[in-house]
Order: sequence, then structure tokens, then C-alpha cells
Amino acid sequence: MALIRKSKQIKWHRKHLLGLRDLSPEEISYILDTAGGFEQISTRSVKKAPPLRGKVVVNLFFEDSTRTRNSFALAANRLSADIIEFTKKDSSVSKGETLLDTAKNLEAMGIDIVVIRHSAGGAAKFLSRNINASVINAGDGFCEHPTQGLLDVYTIRKIKGSLEGLKIAIVGDIAHSRVARSDMWAMTKLGAEVTFVGPPTLMPSQVHQLPVKVSYCLDEVIEEVDVINMLRIQFERLGGNPFPSIREYSHYFGLTVERMKRAKKNIMVMHPGPINRGLEIESEVADGNNSVILEQVTNGLAVRMAVLFLVNQAAAQQAVKI
Amino acid sequence: MNNELLIKNGRVIDPANNIDKKCDVFVVDGKIADVGNIEKSATESTHRVIDATGKLVVPGLIDIHVHFREPGDEEEETIASGSSAAVAAGFTSVVCMPNTNPVVENETDVEYIHRKARQARKTHVYTMGAITKGLAGVELAEMGFMSEAGAVGFTDDGNGVQDPAVMLRALKYAGMFDVVIAQHCQDNRIAGNGVMNSGYYSTILGLPGIDPLAEEAMLWRDIQFLKKIPQDCIRYHAQHISTAGSVALIRNAKKDSLPITCEVTPHHLLLTEERCAEYDTNYKVNPPLRGATDVEALRQAISEGLIDALATDHAPHLQSEKELEFLTAPFGIASLECALALYIKALIEPGIIDWPELIRLMTQNPARIIGIDKGTLGKGKQADITIINPDLEYEIDVNTFRSKSRNCPYNGWNVKGKVEKTIVGGEIRFES
Amino acid sequence: MKVILDSKQIKQALKVLTDEIISDIPCNLDIAVIGIRSRGEILAQRLSGQLSRKLGKDVPCGTLDITLYRDDLNSPQSTAQPQVRTTEIGFDINEKIIILVDDVLYTGRSTRAAMDALIDLGRPRAIRLAVLIDRAGREFPIQADYAGYKTDAEPGNLVQVNLVESDGRDEVIID
Repeated sequence: MALIRKSKQIKWHRKHLLGLRDLSPEEISYILDTAGGFEQISTRSVKKAPPLRGKVVVNLFFEDSTRTRNSFALAANRLSADIIEFTKKDSSVSKGETLLDTAKNLEAMGIDIVVIRHSAGGAAKFLSRNINASVINAGDGFCEHPTQGLLDVYTIRKIKGSLEGLKIAIVGDIAHSRVARSDMWAMTKLGAEVTFVGPPTLMPSQVHQLPVKVSYCLDEVIEEVDVINMLRIQFERLGGNPFPSIREYSHYFGLTVERMKRAKKNIMVMHPGPINRGLEIESEVADGNNSVILEQVTNGLAVRMAVLFLVNQAAAQQAVKI
Repeated sequence: MNNELLIKNGRVIDPANNIDKKCDVFVVDGKIADVGNIEKSATESTHRVIDATGKLVVPGLIDIHVHFREPGDEEEETIASGSSAAVAAGFTSVVCMPNTNPVVENETDVEYIHRKARQARKTHVYTMGAITKGLAGVELAEMGFMSEAGAVGFTDDGNGVQDPAVMLRALKYAGMFDVVIAQHCQDNRIAGNGVMNSGYYSTILGLPGIDPLAEEAMLWRDIQFLKKIPQDCIRYHAQHISTAGSVALIRNAKKDSLPITCEVTPHHLLLTEERCAEYDTNYKVNPPLRGATDVEALRQAISEGLIDALATDHAPHLQSEKELEFLTAPFGIASLECALALYIKALIEPGIIDWPELIRLMTQNPARIIGIDKGTLGKGKQADITIINPDLEYEIDVNTFRSKSRNCPYNGWNVKGKVEKTIVGGEIRFES
Repeated sequence: MKVILDSKQIKQALKVLTDEIISDIPCNLDIAVIGIRSRGEILAQRLSGQLSRKLGKDVPCGTLDITLYRDDLNSPQSTAQPQVRTTEIGFDINEKIIILVDDVLYTGRSTRAAMDALIDLGRPRAIRLAVLIDRAGREFPIQADYAGYKTDAEPGNLVQVNLVESDGRDEVIID
């Protein structure tokens, strides 16, 4: 049974979801509460509900991603929307249409919601200023990945009840992680204490200006945290060799069975996926009792349904006002 | 019993414990048992007694910058021959540089050096690891694993780290492990293909020069980085500084309480660029011999307490390698075996510093820079002890060297001060 | 503002509903009560309690959230914000006679949505509609099977059901 609170009745007026930085804690809680109402659509036999019937959702993905794309597609499907998949490996302007032209062309065919993933930070915001459809950010450069942040806090709230006072560690390439940023906003707004963990060469410069603690030593942090989120190390993306080798990274920052022995008994182990088994996390830990990695995926669907529903609602409200 | 050693009546100088007096040192089972006036006459027959009357009894000397050429160039020097030379010169601990072939850049390389040293059974041999893989200045080497294996610091010595982004990354990364990062300060684009100091002599000798700015520019750059990186464990060490400009930079950096230390070689305290006038490659060294004002500034810096350590940068080469035109011969002076006498000549005789300060620069300070528990005669510490005859006059003869190489410009010099005994872990490993 | 039903009258109306349901449905058939959020839910709980006592067997009760099935999501009629909540039906609705419970039957649109929501969950044997207040003004061809009270309130008026569990007291008012 999903946890439902009678949240303060806030007014949801956002027809776009571009990031979590500007959302209030009440808005974030409202999305989570709404997601609770969508969970069972995925578990009952008729896995559809009609709120987005007749609406067209476009998956506009300029970066490789099967899981997020499929998650949004399935979420849209469950709400009875029609989906167009538009994946373009190369978003460089020299190879063809600009981002804007692409989106305007789609809009000319009549679309309601664009879910965009792009390698440039701010791409979602740019789109939202230039088209009429609703825009949902599925990851822009290393700026934000709001639905991931939301499903992460939804998962934590479901198991721990509340994030207030929880100690959460996010471990990995923080400098280039949009998940770390969205998580930071969502978690701190809901009252958790977040610590970024990683080698200093993978921390954003001026990290001390962010509302988080910083540690360069996982062993110091592991005993104190209630939740640990292991980020994927993407070697293909790392420029400038921030650390000497994979094995040295794993040695100091990998979540091993050994480290888990020193962690709290009920520590929650999270990972946005896909996991590099043996690199940032050992197999036994990823598959172990403390891991909620698969729950995250399930919750991702409910959260994305909620987001699609809410932005659609706001768009409908605004259309009526005009 | 063989495991007891009593050194009597020497002038015991132990700067780490503020001792400078005539007294005795008693060693049991390889450890310092007592320092003071020790009455052991009743059982004198049960242990070895060394009469150190008129001699100096100091903690084993430490040289934090030597090249032992193993692995890869064993014909020039090996860890065995190098540590024999070291122990004969009064050094009980040395630190090897990683620019061997292959480069020391992972934990098995570090363990190799340690194993060879153990087999040689002369001095303690430590090693620094490379900052970047292959010393190429691009990818960081596995500093974590190397420090766990016992590397006492990291350097690309032979090269400076040219790319500022890489150096910044290296300083940040090393900050996780509480190790010292040592820099051979040399901007290659400024240094170009220079082979001696850039100045009057390089001009009239027709040789390309290395501008002092090549050293100072990189030192300045690294000091700016130290100001900005907010980490507690960063420690930076400027190797073999050679110019007045570098001294000034370090003076200011220390005023700002930055975590920086530095070392000076004997040749930069004794020799100037004029020595190259005959194209004698024994004077070809990097950083090159500079001018009189630079030598003066370095000596002044030592008297000020600005310089932290003395280190030889012992760089052995075969005669055949050095018997080339000045332009193409390799850089390097091998002076491990006469180092002490040279320091005496450069610093004690002109009255620039006194004995306790000289010993501090060769024991307590170097130990602190690399973070080892040595350089002291404290109770319970390992008995690494050097006994020096400060008055013995002799002529430096390279043919008596235990090192494999002879590229030493001090051959024939009349000097004063010689090591009489070197004791490592309570064992007498050298006796003259 | 006028009170058209007070606490005692509401209690009586529920008793009437209970009796009507019992007399209408053969006692060998399985029935269950499902309330439409949010006040329908409270009434459903009261009704299922009474039915269980009178029948001497357990009549299960569930809660239905119809937000996702509303027909005004994409053409909002007001600025009020629909809040998605959970549907909590802990039993199988297949082959049961479902008593759908709501507080007020007015346009019939909520009932239409409830029926669509219900059949996405299974195939009941039958659906019967039980409401506390049956108010004139249908927009859809839907009628209550059991009604506690009928009223001809003007279209501009608001008929508000207050219940102890949610609002502190039992009363029905016209505003």
C-alpha cells in the first residue's frame, strides 16, 4: 500500500518540469503524494487509466538511454497517451536541424508534451521558452534529471517514512552528475543531510557553496549514513583522467561487501542504473537485502506518470484561462 | 652480548630533541635505549664500546633525493651499489626518485625497490612514486596504491609537471593520502634545449641556456595552486631550488604559511656557471650551476632557516656517457659519497650555520618532509646513528667511491670532515 | 444557508438505505461496498458496518479514487485542483454485487467515472448506486438505486454533506 499523506493543498501551476532547484518542498511532496496514487495502475490487470487519452507525448532523446526513455514511454502509455519516439544520437547543429527546428516541426504535427534528454545543460529550459507544448526534462547535460531525483526521494520516503534528518551519501563523479544535483535539491528541501563523496578531482569546483557536506573518504562516511546512492562511473565520458585507474577508484570509493559490514544494518543502497558490477558496487551488494535498486525502477514509473499527469493538468488550466 | 652498543664521549647532536652536548648513546636490540651519561663500566665487557671522543654522534643522515638507476640502468648504479655508497657517506636513509626504467608508478614497483634494498642490507631505501604515468605528465599514476605500499611521496623528477590542469588535479588527488608532492620545477617551453644557466657564460661559450625563469615560473604557478586548494593534507616540496628568484618566492610563500618545503644540493652552494668554461661535462647538471648572486642567496636562505633540507640529487652516469660534447652529455653530478664534506665546506667553514643546524637539515627536517619516524636519537627509536670526525682533512678521491659511477667534479678537492661509522638499526654497516 | 438534514435524520436515512439494500439483494449473493472518495468513502464505511451487523456476515468495504477517470481533466471547469489519491480495494470485485456509495448524486458524471474506474479493476456481477442525497440536475442518464433523501436544490446552490469523521458533525446544508 502506497503511503499517502494529506498534503497541504497546494496549487500546482507548472506546465513544465525543468528541474527541482526552483521547486518548493511542498511542491515536491505534492508530486510524491500524487505518485502514490499511480502505483497500482502498474500492478492491477488493466494497466491503463484515461487521463491523457488523446494527448501526444514525444520522447525527444538526443542522448543514448533505453531505461529512461522506456520508463517515460510506458508511463505515457499507462495514462492512455500516444507516444512518438524521436531519438537522435548526434545533436550537433552541423549535422542537421537545430534543436529548436526539430521541436517546432514536431509541434506543427500537434504534440502536447515533450520529454527531452540532451547533452547541453539548459536545453529543456530553452525548449520551454520556444514551444507551446509542456516540457519535461529527462536530463540536460550535467544540470538536472528531475524525475530521477523525485523517484529517489519517493523511494526513500516510502521505506523510511520521511527524509527529515536522514543522513544521505551520494558517491561518485559528482562534478558531471545531473542525478547528484537533482538529488541534492530534492533531498535537502525535504530535510535530509546530504554528503557528496568522491575524489577531489571529481568534485565540482566551489562545491562548498552547495548545501551539502563533502567528504573525500568513503570509509569515514559509511558508518553514519542511512541511505547511500552510488553513481555510475562513466569512463567513456571522463575527460582529463581525474583518477589513475578503475581499480584505484574501486578500492577507495567502491561499495564493497567489506564496507557494508561497517554500515548501519538498515542502510538503504541506491543506484540510478545501469550498474557497473564490481566497479562502483559489488554484485553481492547490488543484489543484497539493503539494495532498493529495482524498487527505484518501479517507483520511477509511478513518479513519471504523476509528472505527466500534473504538467498536463497545469497546461489544461492555463489553456482555459486564455 | 652482541646486541648492545655503547658510544661514549662523543658530542651528541640531536636537533629533534634539542641535544648538543658531550655524552653517551646506548643501543640495545637495534633501538636507542638511552642518551646521556651512561655508567656501564661494570659490564663493559658484555657489549661493544665505541670511543667517540672528539667525534660527532648524530642521528643517521637522510638524503631525500638520489637516483639509484635500478630498474633499467643498472650499469650506472644499482640499489646495492648506491646504498653502499650512501652508508659509507653516513646516510642511513635515502629516497630514490622514480624516473627509472620502467618508471615506479604502481605498488609492485614500490615493493621491488624495497625488496632490493632489503637484500642489499645497507641503508634504508625509500622511494617516491611517479605523479603521472610514465612521467608523461598526462594521466595520474596510482598514488593511492603506491602510498599504501610505502611510497613516501610523489614526483615526476627529471621532468616538471608541465600541464597546469594536470598539476592541479594531482595536488587535489594526492590530498586524499597525506603525502608530499615534490616538483622538479622546470617549464620546458622556457627551458627549451638549454644545457647550462642562461647568461654571460652561455653566450660566450655558445651553448643554449636555461633561463632561471623556467624554474621560477613553475614554482610561482604551484604556489598559486597551494593558496587555493582547501585541503589539510596537501604538502608540497620544491626540489633542488637553484636561483635567488626561487628563494624569494619561497620566502613569501612561507610568510603566507603555505604547506611548502624545499631542498638545496651541494653543487648549488659551491659551484657557479664559470665552471663550465672548459666544457667539462662533470659540471653539466639540471638545474644548472647558476651565478654568484644565486649561490649567495641560497646560502643566505640557509642561514635564515628558509631552506628545509639538504639533498644531493645524486645522479650517477657512466664515464662513456659523460664523455660527449657538453651539448649532448647527460645532466648529473654524483656526489653522495662526499656530500657531508661539501656541506661542511659550503656552510660550516664560512660560518653560515653551526653544526646543530647542519645536522637538522640532514636529519630531522628531511624525515619530517617525507613523513618517516627517523632523524632522531629519541629513546625507543630505531638506532640509526652516524659518527663523524669533523676535523679529519683529506682529499676527495673518486676512485675510492663505492658507487659505480665517477661523474663527480670534486675529485681532488681538499676537504675536512669524514664519516667514521654508520650504524643502521643498531648494526655497524660502515666503518672507515 | 439552510440545514436540510441534521444528524438524527442522516442516521435515519442510512438505516433506510441499509434496509432497502438488504431487502433488494438475495442474501446468498456476495456483496461489497465501495465508496467514492472522499465523503462517499466515509458513508461506505458506515454502510458496510451496518450491513455486516444486520446480515451477520462480513461485508467488505473499499475506497475508490476517480480522479484519473474524470471527464474534465483536459477541459477544467474550475480552478479547483484535482488531487490523485489511492484506490484501496482489498478484495476481488469479480462476480460480486458492488454497492457504489457517494454522498451526493447530481450531474451523474462522478458515477460515470466511478463505473469506468471500477471495470478497469475487474468484472462485478452488478453495480448498484447508493447515495445519501439525490439532487435534481442530471447531465448523464444515471439513476440511484437507493437514495436517502431527494432534493430539488436550485442549480446555483451548493449541497454540502458534512460528516463527523471529516468535518466534525453530521449535517447536510444547502448554500
